[in-house]
Amino acid sequence: MSSSVADTKPGDLPRTPRDWVPLLLVPALMVLAAPLFGNVSSWVTLTTAGLAMGMMIFLMASGLTLVFGLMDVINFGHGVFISLGAYATLLVLGPLAAWGEADSLVLNLSLLGLCILAAMAVTAAVGMLFERVIVRPVYGSHLKQILVTVGGLIVAEQFIHAIWGASPITVALPQTLRGAFVFGDVAIERYRVIAVVIGLAVFGLMHLVLNRTRIGLLIRAGVENAEMVESLGYRIRRLFVSVFVAGSALAGLGGVMWAFYRQTLTAGMGMDVMVLVFIVIIIGGLGSIGGCFVGSLLIALTANYVGFLAPKLALVSNILVMALVLIWRPQGLFPVNRQ
Amino acid sequence: MTLAMSSAAGTPPARNGILLGLLSADPPRSRVLSLLLVAILATLVATPFLIPGSQPIGTAAKICIFILLAASFDLLLGYTGIVSFAHTMFFGIGGYGIAIALNRLGATWTSVAIGLAAALALSAVLAFIIGLVSLRVRAIFFSMITLAVASAMLVLASQLSGFTGGEDGLSFQLPPELRPAFRVLADPVMGIAINGRLLAYYLILFVSLGMFLLLLRIVNSPFGRVLQAIRENEFRAEALGYRVVAYRIAASVIAALAATVAGALLALWLRYNGPDTTLSFSIMIDVLLMVVIGGMGTLYGSVIGATLFVLAQSYLQVLMGTVSGSLAAVPLLASITHPDRWLLWLGILFVTSVYAFPGGIVGRLRRE
Amino acid sequence: MAEAILTLEGVHTHIGPYHILQGVSFGIARGELTMLLGRNGAGKTTTLRTIMGLWQASSGRITFDGREITASATPDIARSGIAYVPESMGIFTGLTVRENIVLAARSGPVDPARLDWILGLFPALRRFWDLPAGNLSGGQKQMLAIARAIAEPRRLLLVDEPTKGLAPVMIRSMIEAFQALKAAGETILLVEQNFHAASVLGDRAVVIDDGRVAHQGPMSELVADTDLQQRLLGLSMDTHQ
Repeated sequence: MSSSVADTKPGDLPRTPRDWVPLLLVPALMVLAAPLFGNVSSWVTLTTAGLAMGMMIFLMASGLTLVFGLMDVINFGHGVFISLGAYATLLVLGPLAAWGEADSLVLNLSLLGLCILAAMAVTAAVGMLFERVIVRPVYGSHLKQILVTVGGLIVAEQFIHAIWGASPITVALPQTLRGAFVFGDVAIERYRVIAVVIGLAVFGLMHLVLNRTRIGLLIRAGVENAEMVESLGYRIRRLFVSVFVAGSALAGLGGVMWAFYRQTLTAGMGMDVMVLVFIVIIIGGLGSIGGCFVGSLLIALTANYVGFLAPKLALVSNILVMALVLIWRPQGLFPVNRQ
Repeated sequence: MTLAMSSAAGTPPARNGILLGLLSADPPRSRVLSLLLVAILATLVATPFLIPGSQPIGTAAKICIFILLAASFDLLLGYTGIVSFAHTMFFGIGGYGIAIALNRLGATWTSVAIGLAAALALSAVLAFIIGLVSLRVRAIFFSMITLAVASAMLVLASQLSGFTGGEDGLSFQLPPELRPAFRVLADPVMGIAINGRLLAYYLILFVSLGMFLLLLRIVNSPFGRVLQAIRENEFRAEALGYRVVAYRIAASVIAALAATVAGALLALWLRYNGPDTTLSFSIMIDVLLMVVIGGMGTLYGSVIGATLFVLAQSYLQVLMGTVSGSLAAVPLLASITHPDRWLLWLGILFVTSVYAFPGGIVGRLRRE
Repeated sequence: MAEAILTLEGVHTHIGPYHILQGVSFGIARGELTMLLGRNGAGKTTTLRTIMGLWQASSGRITFDGREITASATPDIARSGIAYVPESMGIFTGLTVRENIVLAARSGPVDPARLDWILGLFPALRRFWDLPAGNLSGGQKQMLAIARAIAEPRRLLLVDEPTKGLAPVMIRSMIEAFQALKAAGETILLVEQNFHAASVLGDRAVVIDDGRVAHQGPMSELVADTDLQQRLLGLSMDTHQ
C-alpha cells in the first residue's frame, strides 16, 4: 500500500462508533454468576467447562454462519460434518491406539493432532461433495435447501451407521490428557484447557484471515454484497465453495473435540449439538463471526451455570437466552448489513 | 371418498356436487390417484374384518393418524412454504394431554375432553408465540427456532418425570367404551368381535378423515389461497396488502392444532404416550419424508406418503433383509441393504424427489 | 463517431414477467463520456446491469473491445476491463475505505502514484482511510465507489447516477471529478438524471424511452433542442439553471 497514504494520521478523525455492548455480555455473565455458587472452585470448574464447550460450539458453528452470510445458503445437514469428524478419529485411533495409552504428552498430543488432521481431511472432502451434489442445485430457495440438506443428513447418517455400525462407540482420551490440574481446591480438567486453547487459536487465526488477507476481505465483502464482489471481477462461487469446505473441516475439528469431550460416538451426535449451533448463529447474527463467538460462549456458559444450579432447566435456558437476545436485538447481537 | 373416483370417471352431476363439496372442490385430478385413494380408504375401513389380528389394525390406525399429521404438516410446508421442526412437539403435546389427563383424572370421557382441550390451548399459545418471535424476522429463523424449541421440549418432557413419566412415558386406562372388554354387539360379525378396541379404531379413522376434509376445506378457502400467494411471492402478497406474518402465524397455529389432535388419537390408540412415540426428532424426519415423497402442496400427497411410509416401515425391512442376505458376500453392499438401513434408501428417494419431481408421487400421477 | 469500444445491438432483457429492454442498440466511443438519459423506469439501470451480466440479455448482442460478452459471467466481464458503480454504490460498509480500494485492485497493491491521484480527486477519503466505510456520508460513499472503480486503469467505467441524493456542493465536486477523469482519457458511460450535470459532462447522449433508444447524438444537440428534452426526458424549462 502507498506509504504516503498509509502514514496519514490526521488528529481530527471522527471516532468509529464501536459496538462494545455485546462483547461485555460474556464477562458480565461470568462475574454476575459468581456469587450464586458460594465457592470459587465450582465457579471455576463450571466456567472452564463453559468456555471449553463454547469454543467447541464456535468451531462447529463458524462455518455455517459464513456459508449463510456469503450465499444465503442454510445447511441443515451441517451436523453430519460434526459426526463425521468425530468418527474419523477412529481411523487414527484404531492403528495408533498405543500412542494414546503411552504416558507421553508428546505422543498423546500428536495423536490428537493426527485425529484432527484426519477429521478435517475427511470432512473437507465430504464437504466438497456435499456442496456439489446436495447444495449446488438448490441455490436461491430456502425451502428446498432445508429439505435437501435434511435429506443429505439422513443419508449421511445412515452411511455412518453402515460403515461404523449403529451402536455407540466409546473413545478414550489419550493418557496424559485425562484428569485435572489442581490448584488448592480448584480443579481444572486438562482436556478443557486444551479445548479452550484450540478454540482460541482457531478464532485468532480466523480473525487474522478475515481481516488481514485478501480472501478474508473478499469473504467479508461477499457476506455484505455478493453481487458487488462479482462486479469487481471476483468469482464468488469459488470463494463460496472454499468457505463451505473450510466450514465443513472446522465442523470436523469441532467434532473431534466434541468426541473426546463426550467420549462416546453416535451418528446423531452432530444433529444433537446442531440445536445449540443454530441458537448460537441466530443469537450472533447470521453471517457474523464475532457474533458467533460471543454467542457460543454465552450459550455454553449459561448452559453450564444453569445445569449446575437448576439442572432441569439447562436446555430451556438456551431458549430463554435466545428469546432475550432477540427481544433486545431482533437480528442478533451483531446484525450483518446485507444488501 | 368412494365418490372421488366417480367424479374422475364422470358420474352424474348431482353426486358430483356432494362429492366435490366434501372435497372442497379440490378433487384428486388423476384417475390412478383417485383409485389409490379409494383403495386406501376402503382398505382402512375394512381392515379389522379383512385382515384379522392386532398388528394389521395397529398399522391401519397408525396410517390414519400419520395421514392427519402429514396433512397438517403439509399445510405449513406445501401451502405456506415454511419448514417447521416443531410439528412433532405439537403431536407430543396432544399425546401428553390425553395421557396426563387420563392418568391423573381417571379413565373417563371428561378426562379425554379436558386433556384434549388443555393440549389444544397449549399448542395454540406456543405456536403463536414461536411464530411471533421468528416469522417476524425472517422465515429462515422459523426453521431454526422451531428446531431449538422442539428439542428443548423433548428434554423438558423427559426431565419433568413426575408429570410426564420421563423417558418411560405414561400408560393409562381408556374410558370403558374403548376397552377391548366392552362389547358393542353381543355376537361377533364375520367372526370379529365388535368391541371397544374396534370402536377406538373407527373413532380414530373417522376423526382423521373428518380432520383431513377440514384441512382440505381450509387450503381451498380464500385463506388458503392467500397462503399460496404468499408462498409464490411474499413481496407481491405484501404489496397487495396481505399481512404475510399474520397469515403465516395463523397457518402455523392451525397446523399445530391438527397435529395436537393427531397426537391425542395416537395416545388413545396406544394407551400410552412417551417421548419416543410422539416427540422424537426421528418422527419429525419421518413426517418430512412422508410429505415430500407423497407430494408437497397437495393434501392427497400426505395420504399417499403416510400410507407408503408406514407400510415401508413395517414391510420394506423384510424385503431388504432378503436382498441383504443374498449380498452377504459383498461387505458394503450387504451393509447398505441391511434392513436397518431402510432409512438410507428413503433418504435418497427424498433427495431425488426434491430435485427431480418436486410434486412428489401425486405430482407425478397428475402429470400422466 | 470514433471507434466504438462497447456496442449493444438489439438487446432485450426480461426481468421476471417484465420486458424491460426492448431492443436497445447504441455504441460508446473510446475516450468519450456518453450520457445515458431517460425518464425513471425507462431502462437505464437495466442497461448497465445487462452490460455487466448481472441480468442476462434474453436476446441481442453486446460486444466489448471486439469480444462478445452477451452471455459472459459478471466476473469475466469485469475482468475484461469494465468497472461498474451501481446506483446503490455497493460500498462494503464493514470494510475500511482502504480495504474497499484494496479489493478493487485485483492485480495487487495499488500503484502509489495512481492512489495519490485518486485521493487528490477525493480528498475526503484520505481522512477516513482506516475507518469502516459505513461511517461515510452519502457523498463520501459515492466518492469511494468511484475511487474503487478507478483503483486500477480500466477501459470502461459504467456509473449509475453518481449525483443522486447529493447536496449541490457535492454535485459540483462530483462534476469536477468526472471532468478530471475525462481529461485523463477515461471512457465513461454515465447514467444521470441531473440534466445540468449531463449537459456539462456529456460528449454524446443516448436517450432511452420505454426500453428503446429514442435518440442519440452529440450532447450539444440535445442541449440545444428543448423540444426533444421535453418530449423524451419530461424536462420543463425551469429545470435549467
